[in-house]
Amino acid sequence: MENNSRKAWLYLAPAILFLGIFMVYPLIDVFIYSFEEGYNSASQTFFGVGGYNYSYVLHDPYFLQAVKNTFILVIITVPLSTGIALLISLGLNAIKPLRNFFQTVYFLPYVTNTLAVGLVFMILFKKTAYSDGLVNLFISFFGGGTVDFIDGPYWAKMFVLCFYTVWVVMPFKILILTSALASVKEDYYNAARIDGTSRFRIFYKITLPMISPMIFYLVITGFIGAFKAYSDAVALFGTDLNAAGMNTIVGYVYDMLYGDSGGYPSYASAAAIILFAIVLTITCINLIISKKHVHY
Amino acid sequence: MKVVLENLTKKFPNRNKKEHGEVTAVDNFNFEIPDGKLIGLLGPSGCGKSTTLNLICGLQKPTAGKIYFGEDDVTDLPVENRGVGLVFQNYALYPHLTVRQNIRFPLENLRGKDKMTNDEMNAKALEIAKLVQIDGLMDRKPSELSGGQQQRVAIARALVKMPRVLLLDEPLSNLDARLRLQTREEIRRIQHETGITTVFVTHDQDEAMSISDMIVVMKDGVVQQIGKPQQVYDDPVNLFVAKFLGTPPINVFRGVVRGGKLYIGDAAVLDVSGAEDREVWVGIRPEGFIPAADGALVCKLSGVEVMGRDISIVSAHADSENEVIRSIVSAENAVDITAASVHFSLKPNKVFLFDRADETRIPVSAQ
Amino acid sequence: MNTSKSATQYEKIEKAARTRSAVIKTVIYTFLVLWALMVLFPFYWMLLTSVKSYATYNSEYIPKFFTLSPTMQNYADAFTAVPLADYFFNTVIFTVATTAIMLAVIVPAAFAFSRLQFRGKNLLFTLFLSMMMIPNELVIITNFTTITNLDLRNTFPGLILPSVMSVFYVYLLKENFSQIPDELYYAAKVDGTSDWKYLWRVMIPICKPTIVTVTILKVIECWNSYVWPRLITDNQAYFLVSNGIQEIRENGFGRENIPAMMAAVVVISVPLVVLFLIFRNKIMEGVARGGTKG
Repeated sequence: MENNSRKAWLYLAPAILFLGIFMVYPLIDVFIYSFEEGYNSASQTFFGVGGYNYSYVLHDPYFLQAVKNTFILVIITVPLSTGIALLISLGLNAIKPLRNFFQTVYFLPYVTNTLAVGLVFMILFKKTAYSDGLVNLFISFFGGGTVDFIDGPYWAKMFVLCFYTVWVVMPFKILILTSALASVKEDYYNAARIDGTSRFRIFYKITLPMISPMIFYLVITGFIGAFKAYSDAVALFGTDLNAAGMNTIVGYVYDMLYGDSGGYPSYASAAAIILFAIVLTITCINLIISKKHVHY
Repeated sequence: MKVVLENLTKKFPNRNKKEHGEVTAVDNFNFEIPDGKLIGLLGPSGCGKSTTLNLICGLQKPTAGKIYFGEDDVTDLPVENRGVGLVFQNYALYPHLTVRQNIRFPLENLRGKDKMTNDEMNAKALEIAKLVQIDGLMDRKPSELSGGQQQRVAIARALVKMPRVLLLDEPLSNLDARLRLQTREEIRRIQHETGITTVFVTHDQDEAMSISDMIVVMKDGVVQQIGKPQQVYDDPVNLFVAKFLGTPPINVFRGVVRGGKLYIGDAAVLDVSGAEDREVWVGIRPEGFIPAADGALVCKLSGVEVMGRDISIVSAHADSENEVIRSIVSAENAVDITAASVHFSLKPNKVFLFDRADETRIPVSAQ
Repeated sequence: MNTSKSATQYEKIEKAARTRSAVIKTVIYTFLVLWALMVLFPFYWMLLTSVKSYATYNSEYIPKFFTLSPTMQNYADAFTAVPLADYFFNTVIFTVATTAIMLAVIVPAAFAFSRLQFRGKNLLFTLFLSMMMIPNELVIITNFTTITNLDLRNTFPGLILPSVMSVFYVYLLKENFSQIPDELYYAAKVDGTSDWKYLWRVMIPICKPTIVTVTILKVIECWNSYVWPRLITDNQAYFLVSNGIQEIRENGFGRENIPAMMAAVVVISVPLVVLFLIFRNKIMEGVARGGTKG
C-alpha cells in the first residue's frame, strides 16, 4: 500500500494548501506581529521587538472596557442560556402533542442572520422621537419609567445585549439538550418511578448526572462563543462600538485592525492573543471541573 | 400478597394510520395469582405478556378491568404508590451510581414514618446484597460488572424495599446459556427465601417450565391456558399451546378419525373410541414414539442423533406438517440406521387430537 | 410498604396524582408557549413593520399589532433605494462558490484520511484536528494583511478564499467515510476500480446524507458571515447581505425609514428560513452533530 503515498498527498494537497496559507502561516505570523513594536502596515517596517504591544493594549481604556463588557456578557449569558435551555428541553421532553412544532419554532433563530434580526431587536428596544419603542411601552404600561436601551445608560444597553445573545444562542443549546434528554433510556425513569422517586429527585439524581457531559459541553462551547461575541453587539449598537461603550474584545481586535481607529495589526495581534489566552484558561478550568463532576 | 386480574383489557390506538381501530394487546385477562407463588407469563413476542406486566406494575393503565393486590383495588393507583419491584430486561441500573447506591436508591425515596437513617439503609442494602450474593461488589459501578452480576444487582434493587409483588421482564434474555441455567435456579431460590409473589415474563418455554409454580400461556393478547407447567405440557388445550411447549417441539400430522380409529395416511395408528369421524391435527410428543417392528406409523428414516442417555430419531412422513419428525427414545432401543424406514407405535397419552379448523383440543380417550 | 391501605386513601392518592399531573402539564405548556412567542415575536414584528407604510409607522406612537392597509411599497424601496439586489446577488455568488470549493477540497482530503495508507498519516491528521482549536480571530489579522498585500480587497477571490476551509467538516466526513466497510473497497479493487472512481461511485453516494449536511451548514455559515466581508470590502459593489444591512442601518434609507429597513431584513432572512423549513430534519440533525454557534 506504500505506493499510495504520492496519490494520498495529491488528494490532500488542496486542503493542506488552504490550511497552510490561511491558518498555519497566519497563526505563526500573529505571534510575530504581536512582538513587533511600531509596525506600520503601509511601509511594513517596525522598529523593535518586545512586549510593548501587550502593554499598550492592556493599558488602553477601550480594551479594558471591552474586556469588562465581554466578561459581564459571558458571566450573565452562559449560565442563563444554559439554564433556560435546560428548562425548555425538560418541558419539550415531557410533552407529545406539538413537540415537533415547538422544536421547529425554537430552532428558527439559528438560521437567521444575526445582523438582520438584531435590527428588529434594536427597533423594539429603541426610543426615538416618534415612539418610545414597544418594550418601553410595555414597561410604562406596568408603571415603570421608560429608558432608551440602545443609546441610554450602560446597564440598559448591557441588558439588551445579554437578552439578544441569549435569544441567539438558545436554539443550539435546546437542540443539544433535547437530544441528550431523549437519549436517556425510558427504563431509568420507569425504574425510578416504580421506586416512588419524586420528580425533583428523578431530575437531580438521574437526569442531571446522565446528561451532565452534554451540559458541560454546552458550558464550554458557550464560554468560548460568548468570549467571541461581536456581531450581536454590532447589530444592536452599530459598528462604532467604542463610542457606544459596548465594544467586545473581538470588536477591539477588528477595530484595531481596520476601522475608524484602525491600521495597527500589532495591537490587534496582541489583543487577539490575550483573548486566546483567556479563552484557553477558562476552557482548561472548565475541563478540570468537569472531570470532577461529570459522571462518565 | 395475592394478585387478582379481573377482565383486564388493554387496547392501543393503531400505529398504522391506514388501518383504523385499535390493537388489543391484552384481552379480558382473568387470573388470581396465589400469594407467594412464582408465575411465568409465557408467549411469543407481541403476545401481550409484557403489556400485562406493565399493567400490573402500573406503568400502563388498563383500558378496562381491575387489578387487586390482596383486597386493594390498585387499578388507578400511580406506579410510585403501588409498592412493586420490577427487574427490567436490560436491568436499567443507574450507570453513574455504585452497586450500593443503586440498591439504596429505592430506600432513599421513603418519606414520613418509613424514612430510614443512613446506617439503616446501608444495613438493609447489605442484607439484600448478601441474599443475591453480590455483597463483595458494593463499591463497583454497573459497567464494571458482568451480565450475571448486573442481573443480581437489579434483583437486589427491586427487592430492597420489600415489594408487595416482584415483577421480572425477560430476566434471563441478556445472559449466555450457562449463566441462564444458573441464574434461573438463583431466582427460584431468592423467591423461595423471600416468599414474595413473583411474576416473570419470558418467551423461553424452557425457562418458564423449569422454575414456575404456574405458567400462563398467551397468544395475541388472549390467555390460552393457565396451569402448573407439567399439567399444561401434558394436557394442552389447543394446538398453539401444544406447539409452544416442549423441546424438541411436538410433531404435527394431518390425520383423520374414521370409525373409532385414527389414521395418518393409510395407517390406523391408534384406537380413538368415542370420537366422531372428522379430519384432525395429530400432535405427537417426541417421547410418544416407540420404535417397534410392528408399529403402524411408518416414517422414512433420515438419521439418528446420539444425545447420550437418549437418542433422537430423525425421520420424515408425507402427512407431517413438520419437515422432519424428531422422536426421543431411550438409547437402549436398537435402531437400524441403514434401514430405509422406521416403524413406530405410539404412547396414547402423548398423542393429542385437535380440530382441523379452530385447532382446539378434541377430548378423546385414545388407547 | 407492606401496609394495606383503605380504599378511600387510595382514591385520595389517585386524585392527587391526577391533579398534580394536570397542573404540571399546564405549567409546561404555558412556559413553552411563552418562549415560542419570545422567538416568534421579532419575526412577526419584522413582517408587520415591513408592510406598514412609512407614514403609518411614524404616526403610531403606540405601535399597532396589526395593519389594515398593508403595502408592498417598502419592498420596492428596499430594492430601488439601496442596492439590495446586488447585496443579495453577491451573497449568492459568495455562498455558492465558497461551498463548492470547500467540497472540492474537503472530500478528497477526507477520502485520503479514511481510505489511503501513507507515511505520516496519523501525525498529519492530528495536526488537522488541532487546527479546530485555532480561533478565527487569531488568523484573521494576517489574512487581512495577506489579502490586502495581494491587492485582493473588494474582490470575490479575496472574500472567498480565506473562508473556504473548515477543518471540522473534514473530520465529520472522514468519520463517515471510515464507517464504510473495508470489504467494499477491496471488492472494488478486485474489480479493477480506481480510487477516484471508487470515491465517486461508492463513497460519495453512501455518504450523501453527511455531505448534504455539511453543505447546508456551510451555506448557513456563508449566508450569515459578517466579520470577514466587513474587513475585506469597503466598496458597496462587493457587500454581502450582512454588510448591506449594516450599511442600510447606518446610511441607508435615511435613518428613520424603519419599514423599508424591515422589508430588507425580511428579504435577506427568507432564503434561509425557507431552506430550514424544507430541510428541517437534516439541518437540526447536522447541527446537533457538528454545529456550534454561540
